[in-house]
Amino acid sequence: MSMVKSLVLIDSIFLNNRNMDSFKIADRTFNSRLFVGTGKFSSPELMKETLKASGTELITVALKRADLSGENDPFANILDFFESDRYLILPNTAGAMNCDEAVRIARLAEASGLPKWVKLEIHPDPNYLLPDPIETLKAAEILVKEGFTVMPYINADPVLALRLQDVGCATVMPLGSPIGSNNGIETRAQIEIIIEQANVPVVVDAGIGLPSHAAEAMEMGADAVLINTAIAIASNPAEMAKAFASAITAGRTAKMIGSSSFSRTASATSPLTAFLN
Amino acid sequence: MALFSEILPSLPVDAFCQQSIDSSLQSVDRILSNGKANSLSEFATLLSPAARDRLEQIAQISQSLTQQHFGKVIRFFAPIYLSNECVNICKYCGFSRNNPIPRKTIAVDQVVSEVKQLAKKGFKSLLIVSGEHPKFVSPTYLEDCIAECIKIMPGIQIEIGPLSNDDCVPLVNAGCEGFVLYQETYHKETYQKHHTAGPKKDYLARLEAVENAYSSGFRKLGIGALLGLYDWRHEAIALAAHAKHLTKKCWKAQVSLSFPRMRPAAGEFSDDNLTEVTDRDMIQLICAMRLYLPKAAFTLSTREPQSFRDGLIPLGITHMSAGVCTEPGGYSDFDDETWTQTREQPGEQFNIADERPPHEVAAAIQEKGYEAVWKDSEKTLVTQ
Repeated sequence: MSMVKSLVLIDSIFLNNRNMDSFKIADRTFNSRLFVGTGKFSSPELMKETLKASGTELITVALKRADLSGENDPFANILDFFESDRYLILPNTAGAMNCDEAVRIARLAEASGLPKWVKLEIHPDPNYLLPDPIETLKAAEILVKEGFTVMPYINADPVLALRLQDVGCATVMPLGSPIGSNNGIETRAQIEIIIEQANVPVVVDAGIGLPSHAAEAMEMGADAVLINTAIAIASNPAEMAKAFASAITAGRTAKMIGSSSFSRTASATSPLTAFLN
Repeated sequence: MALFSEILPSLPVDAFCQQSIDSSLQSVDRILSNGKANSLSEFATLLSPAARDRLEQIAQISQSLTQQHFGKVIRFFAPIYLSNECVNICKYCGFSRNNPIPRKTIAVDQVVSEVKQLAKKGFKSLLIVSGEHPKFVSPTYLEDCIAECIKIMPGIQIEIGPLSNDDCVPLVNAGCEGFVLYQETYHKETYQKHHTAGPKKDYLARLEAVENAYSSGFRKLGIGALLGLYDWRHEAIALAAHAKHLTKKCWKAQVSLSFPRMRPAAGEFSDDNLTEVTDRDMIQLICAMRLYLPKAAFTLSTREPQSFRDGLIPLGITHMSAGVCTEPGGYSDFDDETWTQTREQPGEQFNIADERPPHEVAAAIQEKGYEAVWKDSEKTLVTQ
């Protein structure tokens, strides 16, 4: 690629970023590759401001935190702080410890008028909140058949990702490291395989603690990242959200241009092929 | 895996206490540089007199670990007392069977009406508490209470006494998600001194009760030591070991810890019998515990006074009660507006210290930069 050509490409990425670099999950188009979780914030007002600053178009909410009775309960009004024309609200099944519980709560969310989308997360272990692969696959199969757009949270297991893709999941969401750990992409080698093999978008979920981790996920070729703790407990969540958004744009741009090749050895001569000359 | 009652007797708790007393500031600093306590021995070091000089650092690490796992959030719950009938004699407890207090067990209808009152104040999480009495507080009565309460409160836990698996399973099926039982004191001789009659006399049965309950399907387990009965370092070390044991053995359950300090109550117990636990000791205990158990829930009750509770909010606490009445049926006589008791409460378990109504405590939590979360459970998850 010539220098001029690549500069034009960079330009168009930045100028037309919103049109050019969109991607789809199921039938919905997203212009932002930053997805945001809504737990752990110090106040719902701050959460609302942060979501706006982040530029996100998809937010996920724990159904156990929300009032699903339709009674406008002021003590469980987290949903009231979401502007549903701005974001897709992705209900999540946090708190479910097995397939049955996850399926029940997803159905309840739909019945209460939330989108028929679900972030399927089943964690029987309350300490590291690691997802149960067996229960997740079972629940995914049921919910897909019922017409849900299913986005499963999984450990970075490439075969599981393919199995979930086969049963009709709309994405796979492998973890970078345990939820809340802010340790970054420790499952890198596995996520690379998932990205290589997937036909559905790959969203790196959990463990992303710094904007540089998010940029790394983008450079690896992930379609999006989902971030909660690193933004919610930052001393200035709105500014931190913007920092993540910038890092995601940077990483994505780099991925689209393609990284410069680098060599670990000198290449002045070609000892192995010199005999051809 | 062994029972904790089999492990504790061979655990050198006294040696850990001595090691704690003898710890140097250097050994404290070495642990703090790792940002966590990797063993019971390191935890003991953080409880040391030397570590008092590092209380601020310990508190800061505790805050950061707590925020990382739980967020800037305090979850709210309310206890409801079903009965002060009790077959046990516990010298420090208002419900102790030989105390001449008016005895009462509230009917399921009144339980429902009080729970509705609590729900109106915002509560979605309920701790059902009662004296231990197989006749008045029978398994079927408990099951009825839970089956009715779950219609109003999506999160229910019980704190009653050791229960058999046969008694627990119907409670879990009715929607009860948590089993709470405090050992009171882990020091066996002290335990025997204070629990002189009734099934609670059996120290080992109580020590085994929580892990036994787990096998019935509870997804939350609560333990605690009543501070003031025996040396607080001893209690803290045994409690930490118990929590660690439960975390490993009962891996599907969220373990929560409570650190109740003795409060005035009816009965023969006087302040002279108390082992002192100062505010500084309490904070050191709680924050050090966070460095040993970064993901355990820590509960703070209204036994503690307002200023101390508010100070603890950002230090490692995750769950708080508010606007509490410890007498069965007591909420029925609360003034709905001011949420204050309109009469004397001779049948209470103990005097509470923080008498603020729930919305005032919620405001104090917000003031500290935390969100007061009322709902964090869903009925659909715990019932078919």
